[in-house]
Amino acid sequence: MKLKTKLFGQIFSFRDVREVLAKANEEKSGDILAGIASKSAAERVAAKIVLSELTLEDIYANPAVPYEEDEVTRIIYDNLNQSIFKEIQGWTVAGLREFILSNETGSGEIRRVSRGLTGEMVAAVTKLMTNLDLVYGAGKILVTAHCNTTIGVPGCLGVRLQPNHPTDSPEGILSSIREGLSYGIGDALIGLNPVEDSVASTARSLESIYNYVQEWEIPTQVCVLSHVTTQMKAIEQGAPGDLIFQSLAGTQAGNQSFGINVSILREAREIALKYGRGTGPNVMYFETGQGSELSSGSHHGVDQVTLEARCYGLAKQFAPFLVNTVVGFIGPEYLYDARQVIRAGLEDHFMGKLTGVPMGVDACYTNHMKADQNDIENLAVLLSAAGVNYFMGIPMGDDVMLNYQCTGYHDIATLRQMMGLQPLPAFKQWLEKIGLMENNSLTSRAGDASIFSAKGGAARA
Amino acid sequence: MLEEQIRQIVRAVLDQVQEGGGQQGQLATGTKEQLATEVKPAPESARQAPKANTYAPGDTGDDHDLEDLAAVDLQKEILVPSPADRAALEYFKQTTPARIGVWRSGPRPLTRTLLRFRADHAIAQDAVFKEVSEEILSGFNLVRVQTLVEDKDQYLTRPDLGSRLSGPELEKIRRECPRRPQVQVVIADGLSSKAVEANLADILPALKQGLQVHNLQPGREVFVKFGRVDVMKPIGMTLEAEVVVLLVGERPGLGTSASMSAYLVYKPGPDTVVADYTVVSNIHNGGTPPAEAGAHLADVVNKIYTAKASGVKLAMNQ
Repeated sequence: MKLKTKLFGQIFSFRDVREVLAKANEEKSGDILAGIASKSAAERVAAKIVLSELTLEDIYANPAVPYEEDEVTRIIYDNLNQSIFKEIQGWTVAGLREFILSNETGSGEIRRVSRGLTGEMVAAVTKLMTNLDLVYGAGKILVTAHCNTTIGVPGCLGVRLQPNHPTDSPEGILSSIREGLSYGIGDALIGLNPVEDSVASTARSLESIYNYVQEWEIPTQVCVLSHVTTQMKAIEQGAPGDLIFQSLAGTQAGNQSFGINVSILREAREIALKYGRGTGPNVMYFETGQGSELSSGSHHGVDQVTLEARCYGLAKQFAPFLVNTVVGFIGPEYLYDARQVIRAGLEDHFMGKLTGVPMGVDACYTNHMKADQNDIENLAVLLSAAGVNYFMGIPMGDDVMLNYQCTGYHDIATLRQMMGLQPLPAFKQWLEKIGLMENNSLTSRAGDASIFSAKGGAARA
Repeated sequence: MLEEQIRQIVRAVLDQVQEGGGQQGQLATGTKEQLATEVKPAPESARQAPKANTYAPGDTGDDHDLEDLAAVDLQKEILVPSPADRAALEYFKQTTPARIGVWRSGPRPLTRTLLRFRADHAIAQDAVFKEVSEEILSGFNLVRVQTLVEDKDQYLTRPDLGSRLSGPELEKIRRECPRRPQVQVVIADGLSSKAVEANLADILPALKQGLQVHNLQPGREVFVKFGRVDVMKPIGMTLEAEVVVLLVGERPGLGTSASMSAYLVYKPGPDTVVADYTVVSNIHNGGTPPAEAGAHLADVVNKIYTAKASGVKLAMNQ
């Protein structure tokens, strides 16, 4: 294993694989905050050169966090396909990049090799990719999953309808749902982030959304994103939900700070399979995002791209229906500006797909970042070109509960129309049935939530 | 050659005419849709706009005619030109502050909706960078300290510094606050100075009154400038508080730049993690009003105090 290189006559040498991985990253404020970023542009390229020549075996032998200390490392290593890993262990990281991009390689070949990749390997190749590589590479990889409907279908752009409300008002939540449906939004999921994390209020929101979906016979999935332990109790007690949600981190300590571990996640999946209302087999929903480990002091000196890749490796173990990064939610100390958020969004989507999870992106920003709506519109176009499975859909992109902005109902409708993408098949048929879609386009009724006044929920005066 | 071009143009025009007639119900291209479905009288406000925007040099007297876009009550404004059920849409709008009923041009938002969005984003960004006014803070008997952060820019990129206090600042807290309080209240500017300014005068008395009902004795309140959530740990540890309540300005949303969160923790220590916090968010007049939130917080404090646990551990006990 060679940990040094010569560049412009200067020798650059690195202490270990971890340092190579960190310094090969594109610039991120989070890596600077952690004190592990490259000190100069030249050093960054030198690290990329060294990384490109490492073999997958070198990376395998040097997990970001030791096997003995960390259950995320253990679960990924224990379930790695040994036969496939043995076939590719001699590949360099550069070789892996060129394999993915080659015209001889299709989705099937990449999906197979993916079973022999650890999170660190997925991160490593990502660090050698340009933004267009990430768009092109991800676009080659198809990952579908099925709960009540199928997500990841080629030619489709799914969307989670996120009807958040500042007081969890059931009527207010339904109002945002109606508006979203009228723009063709909600095929991937109708998923609420609740204000109050209690079993009673989780059950109440699940019931009101689920009943509405039943009444209008909407082919989609329903979830309320309280803490996993809260959802487990609610669903075990009979509250109707299709998916169980949880945020993930890429280290055991990071997950501990979220109040979870592998055994809780296993139990959650068992409960979703036993008591959930969905068809399955994919019944879990995970969110991730670069920087969460550093924010809870559980990063072990590892860079945020590598830790993010480990999140996807962890997620994969639970056969999820949805996984998305909430890129841009965490703040400027991890992703400083639009440039870093766009890069991270493309990295995360690519890494998720390469890992083999059905990847979506919450393309978003907060009001204390140097980014605005124009920037995430840019990111959304790039990700649509990259074949992203789904985005979030919010009224005008303004989340009135979580206080951040992401893609709005209009944005999804625009992306679909502009790029020739369709809602997921079953949902599209439903839109046609109720007269909101015709000949692959939204009809003139689109945008009028009051077409959904006929039934469901509203106890109007 | 020329003939072929003319033929192409004629064909294109004919195609357009046919499409315009044959696909009236469609939302396809902007022009087609405008022809087919969107030729409608402009809303009242749009018709008045040119008058309000007329530039008149030297004219200073007529500003009361100007519409303030940011002052428009969005929950009352319906831009859908002819809704299937107007009464229903009015009701939907009342139930949520979300930006619904906004209509579209093609698949894109109307200009008015877009400009209001940009205005609200602008004011939210401004709220992040302002400091809490002296006038507000001097109305309370607060022990005032500052974290290791020196300015707002550093505050945004160095959360580690915003969670720490220097030795002298901790010493000041020890000197001026009673030791081992049952409840220690900490106030921090966080990401919105406006949140502290708008809510403190209502939430603090309500919280203290509620604590009294539960026979819980709070110590003297501490205000932290440039404070992050984790700053409640060193303060709680240094004072050996049983329950620490942090009132902190949330990252501003659009039109909710005055929202406050409360973080509660039982006996914070070096091993305290995020999951140990109990959080009550969205405290502002458009969410949970501050006085109501103060009373609710007192009940939560009592629960934590009785259970000797907070966060996920408290939830599991319930």
